[in-house]
Amino acid sequence: MTITAVTDSTAESAEAKTLLDFHDVAMTFPDGTVALSGVDLTVNRGEFVTVVGPSGCGKSTLLRIASGLENASHGTVDLDTNRIGYVFQDATLLPWRTVQSNVELLAELHGTPKVDRRAKAAEAIELVGLRGFEKHLPKALSGGMRMRTSLARSLTLDPEIFLFDEPFGALDEITRERLNDELIRLFVAKQFAGLFITHSVSEAVYLSTKVIVMSGRPGTIVDTFEVPFEMPRDPEIRFTGEFAELVGEVSHALREGHS
Amino acid sequence: MSGYTALRRRQSARGDGPARVGLWGPPVLVLAAVVALWYFISLVVLGSRNFMLPPPHEVVGVFASEKTRTDIIDGFLTTAQVALVGLAVASIIGIFWAIAMNQARWVERSTFPYAVILQAVPILAIAPLIGVWITDSFWARVVVCVLISLFPMVSNTLFGLQSVDRSHRELFQLQNASRLTILCRLELPAATPAVFAGLRISAGLAVVGAIVGDFFYQNGVVGIGALMRKYQSRLDNQELFATVLIAVLFGVVVFLLFGLIRKLAVGKWYDAS
Repeated sequence: MTITAVTDSTAESAEAKTLLDFHDVAMTFPDGTVALSGVDLTVNRGEFVTVVGPSGCGKSTLLRIASGLENASHGTVDLDTNRIGYVFQDATLLPWRTVQSNVELLAELHGTPKVDRRAKAAEAIELVGLRGFEKHLPKALSGGMRMRTSLARSLTLDPEIFLFDEPFGALDEITRERLNDELIRLFVAKQFAGLFITHSVSEAVYLSTKVIVMSGRPGTIVDTFEVPFEMPRDPEIRFTGEFAELVGEVSHALREGHS
Repeated sequence: MSGYTALRRRQSARGDGPARVGLWGPPVLVLAAVVALWYFISLVVLGSRNFMLPPPHEVVGVFASEKTRTDIIDGFLTTAQVALVGLAVASIIGIFWAIAMNQARWVERSTFPYAVILQAVPILAIAPLIGVWITDSFWARVVVCVLISLFPMVSNTLFGLQSVDRSHRELFQLQNASRLTILCRLELPAATPAVFAGLRISAGLAVVGAIVGDFFYQNGVVGIGALMRKYQSRLDNQELFATVLIAVLFGVVVFLLFGLIRKLAVGKWYDAS
């Protein structure tokens, strides 16, 4: 019991730590398009934050700013780690590399010795359930398996925060739900924080500890919902009344923000 | 699923009985029709005047003469050598030029128009000039070859380098990869299918260039083009046709060879071809 108490308290102090902090962030593109305005957002350790919003509301821009691919035109962005995982909309695998060598890519770019990156990649491939597919080329994989490879590739960085840009948007529903469960399992096992972009409300509610609703252009945050369900999630909660109610509330906020 | 694609690939590569007939049947039929037409015109239409179009067996028959045979084979080797050197030079210049244009926008802006102009230069018109500037006939021929085969290498390589997705580039940028790393690990591998497609076109053009070069620069070693000119002036039409046949065969072999090289190099991961 004492041991549990100790781990609990460390988990709590870790949770308090803010990994990503957006303060009054705005983004205006050179062509005058206002993509974001007045965005305040924090992602703490232990949190999985999902942003839902209509297409073109600047959700992706939010991630691009967080990762440093783009600079905000106004406001401050603090990122308290340099171990960032970034999962793109498509799997972005290099078609001439095998699964193994695709997963090794990031470590390779950081100059990690071959033996180490081999081991790292093997561990990540195991984690996403792709053992036995190491020698396959991307074109021989299904869309879901490509996404797993992409996830494994980011996992080799041991990210403290994971940024997901609608990663499962192109997948069929069954594959998507399975990958959602895998992602939750990884989230629980690896203890990274997550910032996840999606336009699926049920995916948002199922995956996250906090759902942020954005309105259309210019993108602003209209509402925030805490998701009360325990991690790891039981897939069956999707069919409970509470889940449906929360999905309803988020959808409602989404529609109000949109009009 | 991968087993299925592997199976399909094997079928299309080797072909079982009927598939093979389907693949080779039509072109073989066309060949037979052309040969038949050739015989018809030569023997029936032209009759006694068939020196204008000697029948196929007489054309092939010239290889029975050892003198003609060695002449044509030596000529072929000379031309092949010129074409190969020309293609190598064009590939090196083309690839490096494209890399330079890809690395710096101003290089592309300032030099790409001249790649287009280069392609528009009527090679037959400036070939005599090149002969005046470069007295060594071998290198004069190589220069003609390079001029004629450079553009596909430049444009295909550039296209390949620029075909890289934005998200792939960002994947590398997120890891603070240098431009050299992006070039070597991302852009060049991504460009290889396009480079090989360019190489295949350029190889065919290099053969044409080498023959054109032979035609104009008669001094030095004798190539196929020079032989054609000789036979033409002597009205040795059987020999002339035989030489043309060899030139065509050479072009086809080069085309197939570079197609095969491309397949071996990128066929495993790159589908469209």
